[in-house]
Amino acid sequence: MTSKLNVSSLVAALVVAGLVLLPVYSNLTGNIFILTLFTRIVILALAAVSLNLLMGYGGMMSFGHAAYLGIGGYAVGILAQEGIGSGWAQFAVAIAVSALYALVIGALSLRTRGVYFIMITLAFAQMAYYVASGLARYGGDDGLTVYKRSDFGGLINLGNRVQFYYLCLACLLAVVALVWRIVNSRFGLVLQGLRSNEQRMQAIGFPSKRYKLACFVIAGMLCGLSGALLANNTDFVSPAVMYWTRSGDLMVMVILGGMGTLMGPVVGSVVFLVLEEVLSQLTEYWALIMGPLLLLIVLFGRGGIMGMLGRVNRG
Amino acid sequence: MLLVVEQFLNGLQFGLLLFLLAAGLTLVFGIMDLVNLAHGSLYMMGAYFAATFVAWTGSFVLGAVMALGATLLLGVVLEFMALRHLYGRDHLDHVLATFGLILFFNEAVRLIWGPAGLALPLPSWLAFPVTILPGIQYPAYRLAIIVVALLVALLLYLGVMRTRIGMLIRAGASNREMIGALGINIKLLYTLVFGLGAALAGLAGLMQAPILTVQIGMGENILILAFVVIVIGGIGSIRGAFIAAIMIGLIDTMGRAFLPNLLRQVLNSASASTAAPALSSMLIYLLMAIVLVARPEGLFPANRR
Repeated sequence: MTSKLNVSSLVAALVVAGLVLLPVYSNLTGNIFILTLFTRIVILALAAVSLNLLMGYGGMMSFGHAAYLGIGGYAVGILAQEGIGSGWAQFAVAIAVSALYALVIGALSLRTRGVYFIMITLAFAQMAYYVASGLARYGGDDGLTVYKRSDFGGLINLGNRVQFYYLCLACLLAVVALVWRIVNSRFGLVLQGLRSNEQRMQAIGFPSKRYKLACFVIAGMLCGLSGALLANNTDFVSPAVMYWTRSGDLMVMVILGGMGTLMGPVVGSVVFLVLEEVLSQLTEYWALIMGPLLLLIVLFGRGGIMGMLGRVNRG
Repeated sequence: MLLVVEQFLNGLQFGLLLFLLAAGLTLVFGIMDLVNLAHGSLYMMGAYFAATFVAWTGSFVLGAVMALGATLLLGVVLEFMALRHLYGRDHLDHVLATFGLILFFNEAVRLIWGPAGLALPLPSWLAFPVTILPGIQYPAYRLAIIVVALLVALLLYLGVMRTRIGMLIRAGASNREMIGALGINIKLLYTLVFGLGAALAGLAGLMQAPILTVQIGMGENILILAFVVIVIGGIGSIRGAFIAAIMIGLIDTMGRAFLPNLLRQVLNSASASTAAPALSSMLIYLLMAIVLVARPEGLFPANRR
């Protein structure tokens, strides 16, 4: 966190500037598609940032993070269907239910560690997936169409593409700032201490589980927010957003960008989703390139994109 | 009564297939400490190879043997080219890299065999019902799966418990550094274990192929179940994998079969018939969560240190 100018912080600044200016470009060129694509990217980047708080700083490898995308989404969808259109209510419920879910599964999951933790978070997410599939009143397997986007009165109109994009971007930047504050607070330092050596921290007298659980809940709430935005973006929510491959996608974004770096997950999401889009336009068989690319990144690019940029900086 | 016996056998058969898949996974996990998400892809490749070779040769057995060989070879090549370089790395790296492999395999299959699924017809000499108890009939092919899987499980048990290589495998599962230090060619052992795991996954895939359609993504669903099995059983433990696999197979199948009726007793029939499949799919994960909360290392942890 030094103020010294280096390559990785330059890239991060460029990415943020690009995201802020994107609607201007879209407006000038009349390219609406790119705005739609980047709205999705910004929303998923928000989810990736929350996962990074958990994995990168808290050292908790959750393989079930997509569950919150679904919880946030269903909160919006179900309330909208039941006639509660207020965005304030919908988003509050999305975040509160995510927090509750995180509190319960976190308390149980944190009894395990390592690979067992990865698997138990996965198991809970799969359970959430099947619960959503069983919601016959709300579409079950087929998902639920959100006919009316969240209503924030005269404040902001989510039906307007540009306004919605800036709302998502504002949420993303606010969450990044929040994560930065958390990481540099006493709480964040304790978390990072726990990540490096839990035993020692316990010996000093920190109640490790309570700190980790708090981090787990915060990350869940932030991802629930992302889920509520995602449902508004697609006007649709289905159990598929909670499927385990979606959790895998989020992990890929975090690791690709650089786990444990502030802007890494944002960069990772942009690169991953743009790459997916470009490759799928290039060839129908885009995953044939994407798959081995991930393998190569793991084998040769330790620390993700931000890690590689950091090495460029050091020469 | 008839339904109970039939569903019990279905559950047993599914559990044994899960065991074939989980045995390879737990060995690779326990010995090389590698989280291999692409194990489900090997299962899928086994099924695709079988469908292709059976159609090509016209003989089920010949096609199955060729498919088994092909999956074994694929596993060895995969280990040699990619996964070998991941040993000793962080689990997260494994997840990311093998996630990439899943993407690759699914897409390669789509490129080679097309997006539509394949069908592998039942071998005609096994397509008849067998009377197992007076008045109760059961398809011969499903019985054959049970017999073959039990036989393989027995061979695996004998191989691991009674042979020298098996001894090395067990030694590797409990302390990797030590057997390397004792002068065992650990690289060869790793490749061997991975190939064995791949062949077992392929066997599960090709035996399941005539019952289900052979399709892209068939590996992903069952892979997660296999992971649940090894986590419940305790990572690295073949015995644990066997018991957990049978448990999961029975719970999954019996839950699907009987939960709707049970729920109908308490709920109205419409909501029961939609809630039941979801609830029975959840049962497995519920079991896993309970086991992990009570015994965070699984039921039969292999390496207590």
